[in-house]
Amino acid sequence: MTAVVEVDGLTKTFGTLNAVDNVSFTVEENKIYGLLGRNGAGKTTLMQLLTGQDFATRGGIKVFGETPVENAKVLQNVCFIKESQKYPDDFKVKHVLTSAPWFFRNWDREYADRLVDDFRLPTNRRIKKLSRGQLSAVGVIVGLASRAPLTFFDEPYLGLDAVARQIFYDRLLEDYAEHPRTVILSTHLIDEVSNLLEHVLVIDEGRIIIDDDAEDLRGSATTVVGTRGAVDAFVERREVLHREGIGGLASVTIGALSGAERQHASDAGLELSPVSLQQLIVRKTNTSSTEFEQSA
Amino acid sequence: MDENRPIFLQIAEQIENDIIGGSLPEESQVPSTNEIAAFYRINPATAGKGVNLLVEAGVLYKKRGIGMFVAEGARSTIVTTRRDHFQTEYVRPLVAEAAKLGITRSQLADMIKREGAQ
Repeated sequence: MTAVVEVDGLTKTFGTLNAVDNVSFTVEENKIYGLLGRNGAGKTTLMQLLTGQDFATRGGIKVFGETPVENAKVLQNVCFIKESQKYPDDFKVKHVLTSAPWFFRNWDREYADRLVDDFRLPTNRRIKKLSRGQLSAVGVIVGLASRAPLTFFDEPYLGLDAVARQIFYDRLLEDYAEHPRTVILSTHLIDEVSNLLEHVLVIDEGRIIIDDDAEDLRGSATTVVGTRGAVDAFVERREVLHREGIGGLASVTIGALSGAERQHASDAGLELSPVSLQQLIVRKTNTSSTEFEQSA
Repeated sequence: MDENRPIFLQIAEQIENDIIGGSLPEESQVPSTNEIAAFYRINPATAGKGVNLLVEAGVLYKKRGIGMFVAEGARSTIVTTRRDHFQTEYVRPLVAEAAKLGITRSQLADMIKREGAQ
């Protein structure tokens, strides 16, 4: 596997805040990555560093084997669709679409035109006059039709309706199948995109806390529900990801269980339920309820 | 798709169901991983993983440059494996739930007979 992005000990500080805190990971070629995390976790800062739009405080970044800052050779292969992209004041949608090929050499004009129809985007309208969803659609179209070998989508669908989001997912998968490339998708809507992802990076308070294949994460945790005594006995000596309780009942999330362990749990009268990717990430990035329960 | 189980397993099971149900007869071509990915809206690598699982199990085989095909004898292979799992996956939870509800063994047997008669 070829590494498209290599990050080693990367740190970015703003004053006393470590927005990105000693992060190391690699991104392999032609996979769809999810960069997930809560608001302010450091997702956008990380993408800005990877696309050479900001300077690292410490640590190394290699994109296509080179440092991305002020490096045209790297940046011409990178497309970064930002949540709040700014355009020149009097730009119309058609101006964005005609100027895009100056920056992206793989730009497919016909494909962009088809996407404009799909999203029902008025090309003669000024960017300023677009609705929030239409503005997001402009970004999605540029991101897809640029076919950059490394494409970042940072919360690309703010304000997009459910139909438009579905069009985005479908077009992304179709075009990715025909023109494989590396895509990094940053989002809060984990449930919606989890099936599209091959690999998941979860960032929390500037640190990478999950770096795993999506399929390995699915089913990597189980919730055990039952009477407090039985649950506690079962989860003893296991790593507990999350715990909540009401009255005499407890619900505890732990790692994956073997067949024999599952049998043992059901013999003990415990209910087992799977944990989705979204739940798993919520549990791993939200410690407050655990602390609450333990102190109660 | 069930969010909570590995998707490649569900893809493999779905293809198996189509083989058992007859919509994918032996020696017929299986949809490509990209077609499967587009249909279920999943990552093509995940679809590929599900298909490869069935290749390893001898259910599917690859014709170079053409695609994946259902192997001869695939249906009976799948049926045999599933029968092995039937006891643990269906009968055991059924008996456990019946016991919980106070349904006696003979009542349970009657229920199964009645269901079979319909």
